Amino acid sequence: MGLSPLLLILALPFMAGLVAVMLRSDSRTVATWLAGSTTLACLVLTIILYPSVRDGGSVRHRIEWIPSLGLDFTLRMDGFAWIFALLVSGIGFLVVIYTRYYISPEDPVRRFYLFFLAFMGSMLGVVLSGNLILLVVFWELTSIFSFLLIGYWHQNPAARDGARMALTVTAMGGLALLGGVLLIGHIVGSYDLDVVLRSGEAIRAHELYVPTLLLILLGAFTKSAQFPFHFWLPNAMAAPTPVSAYLHSATMVKVGVFLMARLWPVLSGTPEWFTIVGLAGMASLVLGAYLAMFQQDLKGLLAYSTISHLGLITLLLSLGSPLGLVAAIFHMLNHATFKASLFMAAGIIDHETGTRDLRRLSGLFRYMPITGTLATVASAAMAGVPLLNGFLSKEMFFAEAVATHADSWVDRVAPYAAVLGSALAVTYSMRLIHSIFLGAPPESFPREPHEPPFWMRFPVMFLVIACLVVGIVPGLTIGPFLHVAVSSVLGAETPEYSLALWHGFTVPLAMSFVALIGGALLYLVAGNYLEHADRPWLIGRIDGYRIFERVMVAISWRGARLIEEIAGTRRLQPQLRLLVAAAIAAAAVPLFLSGLGFGQIAAGTTDFAFAGLWAVGMACAVAAAHQAKFHRLAALVLLGGTGLVTCVTFVWLSAPDLAATQLVVEIVTTVLILLGLRWLPKRSQDLAEPSGMLARLRRWRDLSLSVVAGLGMSAVAYAIMTRTPPESIADFFVEKAYSEGGGRNVVNVILVDFRGFDTLGEITVLGIVAVTVFALLRRFRPAPDSIELPEQQLIQRSFDEAEPDRKPGATEADYLFVPSVIMQWMFPVTIVLAAYLLLRGHDAPGGGFAAGVAMAAGFILQYMAAGTIWIESRLRILPVVWIGGGLLLAALTGLASLLLGDAFLTSYFRYADLPFVGKVPLASAAMFDLGVFTLVVGATVLMLIAIAHQSIRRPRAARIEERQ
Amino acid sequence: MELTLSIAIGVLTGSGVWLLLRPRTYQVIIGLSLLSYAVNLFIFSMGRLRVGAAPVLGAEGALEAGYTDPVPQALVLTAIVIGFATTALFLVVLLAARGLTGSDHVDGRESR
Repeated sequence: MGLSPLLLILALPFMAGLVAVMLRSDSRTVATWLAGSTTLACLVLTIILYPSVRDGGSVRHRIEWIPSLGLDFTLRMDGFAWIFALLVSGIGFLVVIYTRYYISPEDPVRRFYLFFLAFMGSMLGVVLSGNLILLVVFWELTSIFSFLLIGYWHQNPAARDGARMALTVTAMGGLALLGGVLLIGHIVGSYDLDVVLRSGEAIRAHELYVPTLLLILLGAFTKSAQFPFHFWLPNAMAAPTPVSAYLHSATMVKVGVFLMARLWPVLSGTPEWFTIVGLAGMASLVLGAYLAMFQQDLKGLLAYSTISHLGLITLLLSLGSPLGLVAAIFHMLNHATFKASLFMAAGIIDHETGTRDLRRLSGLFRYMPITGTLATVASAAMAGVPLLNGFLSKEMFFAEAVATHADSWVDRVAPYAAVLGSALAVTYSMRLIHSIFLGAPPESFPREPHEPPFWMRFPVMFLVIACLVVGIVPGLTIGPFLHVAVSSVLGAETPEYSLALWHGFTVPLAMSFVALIGGALLYLVAGNYLEHADRPWLIGRIDGYRIFERVMVAISWRGARLIEEIAGTRRLQPQLRLLVAAAIAAAAVPLFLSGLGFGQIAAGTTDFAFAGLWAVGMACAVAAAHQAKFHRLAALVLLGGTGLVTCVTFVWLSAPDLAATQLVVEIVTTVLILLGLRWLPKRSQDLAEPSGMLARLRRWRDLSLSVVAGLGMSAVAYAIMTRTPPESIADFFVEKAYSEGGGRNVVNVILVDFRGFDTLGEITVLGIVAVTVFALLRRFRPAPDSIELPEQQLIQRSFDEAEPDRKPGATEADYLFVPSVIMQWMFPVTIVLAAYLLLRGHDAPGGGFAAGVAMAAGFILQYMAAGTIWIESRLRILPVVWIGGGLLLAALTGLASLLLGDAFLTSYFRYADLPFVGKVPLASAAMFDLGVFTLVVGATVLMLIAIAHQSIRRPRAARIEERQ
Repeated sequence: MELTLSIAIGVLTGSGVWLLLRPRTYQVIIGLSLLSYAVNLFIFSMGRLRVGAAPVLGAEGALEAGYTDPVPQALVLTAIVIGFATTALFLVVLLAARGLTGSDHVDGRESR
């Protein structure tokens, strides 16, 4: 395996997140250092990896996960992933510095850094995944951490609503994406990214291409807040501003377009891709910019602007031309830099003045000239002003929009939409700067504003300088890195392009000027209207948020209520009836479809002794069913009769292990239910029960259901038993039992060796059930009418009191005296029997289960013989310890083989000569069986004595009167 | 033999289902026990019925002339023990419910 830098980049944030949780709650500075050094380490590791991706190569790291499903933990970094990893860790680092000053000491910083770092890890996971399923897993993780971060201030209802909406939309998209990825896996036969990227032809030609495309685009559009799923992003602005800057502008929302670019060589170039992606991109570009103009909340404006810019990227990707992809990737980077800096500036303004309302902010420039300058430059980049990075990618965008790619109206409209969107961007950028920084300062701010601390401003400054430098000398700065990213996606198709400020007088340049002048004019004309508009002109009433809420209410509230009213009941009987009917139907359907034929073998042999045996067994069962209501003890005895017949059947039909287990389990079950009988209410036959037509009808219906169920089971059982058995895995087990498992009792070898892991699970269940029984009984409150001593004991006591020469309790002590002496004498015999069953288990019928239950039966016999108090003052009975010890022993036996370099629960065996005992098989499986034994003893004893103890407690009756 | 056992499985199932649908908790617990016998026998019978052919090998692992399928037996063996545990759990739940509600009806209150 080894520790690859890729794995380290991915694991560091998660580990640091765990460390952050363990910090003290007031350790804001320590947490910042931790998060800062983690992000910086990721950044440095990413930079170190640059030489390996520079020449079109890629770094990869593969760990087998579930190879049989084609699922590997593959990490893969090529140029495109590299530049995104750089973005994620670099902006992450800046945001950490910023957060130190933004988050107030009262906020729970540990939670923030845990979510923040875990988000960063998931984000890097998406970027670095070399397996599509793995990508989806990380994708969903980013949705979850985005949800947690938006809801960070969960006392704020807007934060809760925004978080829920973001999760609903993006997780739904993630689900769709999973569907799409599975379809790709179905088409290609692999989830490996490299294989998928080579199979573009096959995918595009496949008949499932359109569903695949739709599902994947659903995932990408929801994540990147593209129309018509854009509405969650503005509502996510309730998050702390560092989160908005990091998740909702620079990184997470880029994942959607990242994925579209990643799969661009595979999915793009078809008319479907062009139309769907192009329309969504164009709609988001124009609509986002239009709605951004009308926002009165500073962060709301930036959110809609983000939608618009992501729409631009999407539109570029839709064109299907390599140059469009270059522009798209370039704009992803540019947008991340200027938008993150704008968000951080917005946070500073909010932090300093206490408001984000554009109508209340004004004239801030004289209070904070440096922040003002930085924000102005960043806004200019957003508007696409020359000398800034936004201008360059917008020029490329215009050039691509003008070029013809497909003969469709979408393509012909594209240039106009591009100019319109850009003009609107100019308008809202101007509005942003004008209404915040210029104009007369208002009489009062919620707080007196001043410049923030240097380090809070530093990330903004850094990013703005990056915008400037890239904008002026693109070829020297971003050029080589962009080329690496582009060529890793396009490979040989990488087009010739030039990153330069000046290309001469071209159509795109003219479009830029039209947009700049048009936008400025629009602001001059409509600026005042925008300042006072309550809702966007013309389409203000159509609100994605409201539509979403309506749909959610309809589904989760009205629909759920309706279904509950129609199909719900709180009564158990109808539910069980439905369940039984459904089971019968489920069994009947295949029978009707393929018919039920009876086989030929052995149909003639009838053993009359066996038939007689079962005549008794069936009579017992029917009688138990008849008596269970009024004669509980009789029903229990009859049940035992059926159990014994079952046990004999196992002996008869070559299943000695089952017979031994069934026999001892029969004993403890009977004791168990006997112990419970004491707490059930008296019932006499003359008790009023519902009668009449309806009740009789119900009984007939139940009777016919049970008759049908019985007949069906008979028919199916007979049909199967009379057929020749198919080839089964039995032969394998029988052949290998001795040579590989070291035992001659195949059933036992299966349990403790071949299927040892299953058995480990089963005994765990057993332990959990026993502890649950114990826990439920600790607060046991019997009904008031069961509190009194049983009638027999009352008679015995009054007899003692009436006779002057008898001590109180003497009759009780003598009760069943002879049987109890025999039971006490039998205790050693029971122990020997249990040990015998355990030791021979590997070679002959027996084993840990049967031995354990037998041992437990020995214990409970002692309880019955001598009473709880007598026995517990003489024996140390620690069932909970036995359960734990048994489980530990079984698990450690399994782990021991892991230490020896084999798979979990691999067994070793040899025979050893013990003095007096003789030749004993000493397989490691025997240790495992000992663990099973110990656990079974503990669990059975715990359940039995927990119920038995209720008789000697002084139980408090449940207060039923108060409840009713 | 096959006929006898399949009829028996049917009768056990029928009695169990009947009790399962009854209103008293005790009836349900007896019904579930009967049903688990039926299911255990059913699964066991999937390995076909053989007399005198236990899946236990001879000395030094020699294959005997015939043996039954050990796999259903291994399945049923754990099912028997787990069945006991669930019976215990259900018993305790019904006792607690009876204590809290004062009724041994499956719904915790008498029906109309």
